[in-house]
Amino acid sequence: MVRFLGLRLARALLTLVLVVTFAFIVLRLSGDPALLIMSADAPPEAIAAFRQAWGLDDPVWQQYLRYFTAIFRGDLGQSMRDGRPAIELVAERVPATLALTLPALAMKIGLGIPAGIYAALHRNSFADRAVMLLAVAGFTVPSFVLGLLLVLVFAVQLGWLPSGGQDSWRHAILPVLTLGIGGAAVLARFTRSAMLEVLGQPYMRTALAKGVPWHVAVRRHALPNAAIPTVTIVGFMVGSLLAGAVVVESVFSWPGVGRLLVVAVANRDLAVVQCILLLVATTMVSANLIVDLLYGALDPRLRAQAKGANG
Amino acid sequence: MNTLVTIRDLRVAFDGVPALHGIDLDVGSGEALALVGESGCGKSVTWLAALGLLPSKAQVTGSVRLDGQEILHAPPARLDAIRGGRIAMIFQDPASSLNPVHRIGRQITEALRLHRGLTGEAAREEARRLLDRVGMPDARRRLQAYPHELSGGQNQRVMIAMALAGEPELLVADEPTTALDVTIQAQILDLLSEIRRDTGMALVLISHDLGVVAETCERVCVMYAGRIVEETAAQTLFAAPAHPYAAGLMAALPPMTGVRRRLAAIPGGVPEPWSMPRGCAFAPRCPLRGVACDAAVPPLATVAPGHRAACLRPQSQVAATGRLLVPA
Repeated sequence: MVRFLGLRLARALLTLVLVVTFAFIVLRLSGDPALLIMSADAPPEAIAAFRQAWGLDDPVWQQYLRYFTAIFRGDLGQSMRDGRPAIELVAERVPATLALTLPALAMKIGLGIPAGIYAALHRNSFADRAVMLLAVAGFTVPSFVLGLLLVLVFAVQLGWLPSGGQDSWRHAILPVLTLGIGGAAVLARFTRSAMLEVLGQPYMRTALAKGVPWHVAVRRHALPNAAIPTVTIVGFMVGSLLAGAVVVESVFSWPGVGRLLVVAVANRDLAVVQCILLLVATTMVSANLIVDLLYGALDPRLRAQAKGANG
Repeated sequence: MNTLVTIRDLRVAFDGVPALHGIDLDVGSGEALALVGESGCGKSVTWLAALGLLPSKAQVTGSVRLDGQEILHAPPARLDAIRGGRIAMIFQDPASSLNPVHRIGRQITEALRLHRGLTGEAAREEARRLLDRVGMPDARRRLQAYPHELSGGQNQRVMIAMALAGEPELLVADEPTTALDVTIQAQILDLLSEIRRDTGMALVLISHDLGVVAETCERVCVMYAGRIVEETAAQTLFAAPAHPYAAGLMAALPPMTGVRRRLAAIPGGVPEPWSMPRGCAFAPRCPLRGVACDAAVPPLATVAPGHRAACLRPQSQVAATGRLLVPA
């Protein structure tokens, strides 16, 4: 088990290193921050001074090494725009993003999973078809379209809710709905197919054949098996708690991490972009790690494999 | 011998396509009955339907009585008490018939709690005894095992132990050895026979393997395309099959003694359920086909005491006159 965990941790760390490196390379290749931040009309001396101040005239590998060693000291660099530490800028946006993504996650799980289970248990019924129709609609409509649609109906036409900003909890309703509907739809479809697969398994027939009542068989024999694939999707959703709201935050002008990322990329504010990417990658990798561990808890077959890896 | 289960005119259709065309079958207390036929002939469907285990899209009609009480379409609570409690069933693929996420001890004690009200230590002790009974080595430790940690034969032993947990009067074994190695097959069949001797439990063995049947059962029903076409004592079936289909099956068996000969295959294939012939379903493949065979489905009629066949030209009469049927 220890070795299994160690292996997973090492892999997670490697993933993070790759993400940081890749982000570094792409950002250096995609434009000169000095020109963007100082504007192209700035006097050449000012631009040269800016480059020197931020170490942009050093060879790229030196910049990379410097950046990398700084990360290990916990220093994620300063914003080139206002000179504040990037981590601070990002950290103050995190609560706003979580204020959208956490309720949305609760909505996805609380709505999607029961709907999927219900649809599977009443396969081909009217309710099943209705749930699946909604689910297909929910996950084929892109979030920016859905967001604008909701704004159009509830903000513009009905005037019930504000269309953007972050002044009260009422401002969060539409963005949370936008995020939640799509995710609930994905989860409902996924849960339904996982349940249908499990309900058709021979061990369900065995359970009924030995006299287990249907609802008990569903709870005790079907759900634990159907949970295994469903956990993957939920893990993915947990992993995108920080990065999953970029589009929605932009649509609703919600001052979260996503919008900070969009602005920082547009400005080539390297430290901020890299800081966000590192943070996002860390949440994704942690979520993956948790999913791996959950797999082991849910599925004894995988536990055996983990033990096997242990030698 | 009193009749335990009486099946009358049992019909099953899937999405309007008939799969069973009226099965009449009696199972006596303590007897060993075989249901043979090729895949898709309806032998498993008969018992899944009788126990209400078919998916809801199956339309089931007819009558299934247990000790004279109708159980077809009985309320769920009543069926739950019968399943595993009075009629247990085991299946073809033991590995996937056990729940992969539960320990086998838990899967056995689940049945013990349902049918005998045993819980806790008493249930665990009884589960261990059952595993011992079905010949599982190191039974106490095995209670903690998951199905994937056991072999196919061991899993089938677990299935049998689970089936015995409710002390049923009838065990329906649906191709219990098909997925197993030949040596393990023999062990499992011996185990089933032994348990039957010890407990007086009746056994319905569903199989496509005549060798398995010969070894285990006293009486045989041969099924073809959703009907029983012959019903007789196992010995009679092997010595003097009456229905040309049964005769064809015998001719396709390798002889155990004497000169080796070319095995005779039955020509043609089973008709599809949605395009059944109007008359005898076997007629298109039958070497004895006559005009009358295509007119109507022949009823199951007595050809000798305790021997019935659904054929207008039953073979044993032909055999008696010295002509032996070997299909081309």
